[in-house]
Order: sequence, then structure tokens, then C-alpha cells
Amino acid sequence: MVEFEFNGTPQKAQAATTIRGLLESSRIESRFCAVEVNEQILPKDQYDSYRVQAGDRIEVVTLVGGG
Amino acid sequence: MNAHRAQATDQVHQLSVGGKLLASRVIVGTGKYDTLEQMRASLDASGSSCVTVAVRREKLYDRDGKNLLDYIDLDRFTLLPNTAGCYNAKDAVRVARMGREILRALGNPGADWVKLEVLGDTKTLLPDPLATLEACEKLVQDGFKVLCYTSDCPIMAVRLKSAGAASVMPAGSPIGSGQGILNPNNLKIILEYLKSDDPNYPVIIDAGVGTASDVAQVFELGADGVLLNTAIAHARDPVLMASAVCHAAIAGREAYLAGRIPKRLYAMASSPEEGLITSRPW
Repeated sequence: MVEFEFNGTPQKAQAATTIRGLLESSRIESRFCAVEVNEQILPKDQYDSYRVQAGDRIEVVTLVGGG
Repeated sequence: MNAHRAQATDQVHQLSVGGKLLASRVIVGTGKYDTLEQMRASLDASGSSCVTVAVRREKLYDRDGKNLLDYIDLDRFTLLPNTAGCYNAKDAVRVARMGREILRALGNPGADWVKLEVLGDTKTLLPDPLATLEACEKLVQDGFKVLCYTSDCPIMAVRLKSAGAASVMPAGSPIGSGQGILNPNNLKIILEYLKSDDPNYPVIIDAGVGTASDVAQVFELGADGVLLNTAIAHARDPVLMASAVCHAAIAGREAYLAGRIPKRLYAMASSPEEGLITSRPW
């Protein structure tokens, strides 16, 4: 298991969990989101290859209504 | 309406900003609607082709499966991501980059645009001028077309244009206040300063609109565009207000181009003196 922070909340996941796996298990539509790992944007083509590391701070954002 | 008139009308009501031509001079927000269906109908009634959106964390729990983007026709609307809720330049740059990442993947033309807001405090939601300027410079350097929310200070407006903002967007009054245009004189000075050697530079009045007549006033002052959200979303009938705003923008712009008459202290009769059959008691 690895422990990390996901949108400000402490989480645990199986070792070798990818960003894609994390999004799918959280039912997040990857088409409409952007992902940051430790304040660096993770390109979409790395969602399948990047594996969550212990201590990572992961932010997943989308667009919502705003003015 | 003949063909010539129709074409002239289209050109009159297009907004050129950030290297793009928008079909309408009205930019509307997508926040605060009771439902996404109501938002969609209001956007349609506004006639706008550009809408603002905010960047926020995905909800990890209690997701209802609805995404804003399911309710916005991405072929019709250019999305303008904002940095609302940012109180320093670093956060604003970070949020802008995340918005760009989402829009690039969607192939939306707004991908390199940002509505920059860097706020000074939560009570007034007035911009922090120093942080706004810092963020504007960084985002311009990073290739963004920055549409920059600012106060109605003419000096700050000049500084932001010099920093490379694609549009300076002074507030009519505080965000969401519905107070309308509180200082039209400052807006006139901003328009004069920013357009004196660059008449096509777009100035968009952002924030404070309360109703359709405020929109008409924005355009009668000579502004190029207006950006509003709450005036529509919190109206008793948002779709009807969106329609009113659409018409007010057209009316205001045409009135500006037509040129208002000078104000006079005394009356001036519209009917001729010649041929009067009446007598006067003095």
C-alpha cells in the first residue's frame, strides 16, 4: 500500500496504482479533468504510466460553473 | 432587413478579443444557476458565444454524475476559464494552467485564454492590484491570452495593458453586487487611455451588472464587451433576463455608434414654430 494525498484528503492505494486506476476507482471522467502531481501538471498521456508514489500530493480538477 | 443591413449588424455586434472573433459582445458566467438545464437555456437566450467557467477539485464523494461540460455545446461556446478564488499570483498561475490543460484536451478554442482574477479580500472581492499585475506578466510570458479583471482605476488599467493583457476588464461595481456602473467617469477615462492610440483594443466591463439597463450603459459608454453572471443567474426568471441582456447589448452598442445628443439644460421643441395657430399668454 502507498499513502498519499488526493485532493487534500489522505488516501491509501495498492502499490503500483496508476493515475488512470485512481480516476476510475473514484468514478472521475478523465476527459474533463486535469491532474497535478506535487504541483506539476501530469500530461494525459502519462495517466496509464505514472504510478502513485508514497507522499504524492495529487490534485484532480474539473470545470464547474463560475463567473 | 436587407442583406446589407444584416451584414452591418453582424459586424457591429461581434467582439474581437485575444485573436478571436466572438459573435456576441456578451460573455456570460455559468455559476449560481438552480439547475444545469436552466443554465443551458440562459446561455442560449443570452446570444453569447463565450462563457466563463471555474476550475475546482473533483468531488471524490457524492458525485451525481453530472458535469457542467455535458450541458455546454463545445462547438458553439468558447470557454473562458477563470482564476476565481485566487488570492495570490502563484495560485492564479497554477489554476490557469490547469484550466488550459482541460481545454486543450477538449480542443476548445479558449484553451490559451484565462480570465485572470486575483482577489484582495473576501468581503469586497476587489482585485489585489500588485498580485494581479504579477500574475498577468507571468501568464502572458507563458503564452496565455489574459483577459484581466481589475478595478475601475485608469492607472492600473494602463499598467495591465502594458503588461500584455489581451483585454482589460474593469469592474462596474463589486462582483455579484448588482450595483451597476458606479463610476462611469473612470470607465470613460480607461476607455480613452487604452484606446487613444489603439482604438480596437478591447475593454470589457466585468462585474457589478444588475439588470439589462446596466448592460446598455456599458455599451453606450463605448466599452467593447460586458461580462456578467449573477444578474442573469439570480434574476427571478434567468432565461428572460438573459434575453433582456442580449437585447440591451445590441441596443447599447447601436446607440453608442449612433451617437447620443448632447444634454441641454433647457427644452428644445420637436414640432415646428412655423405655422402655429395658437397664441401665447405672454
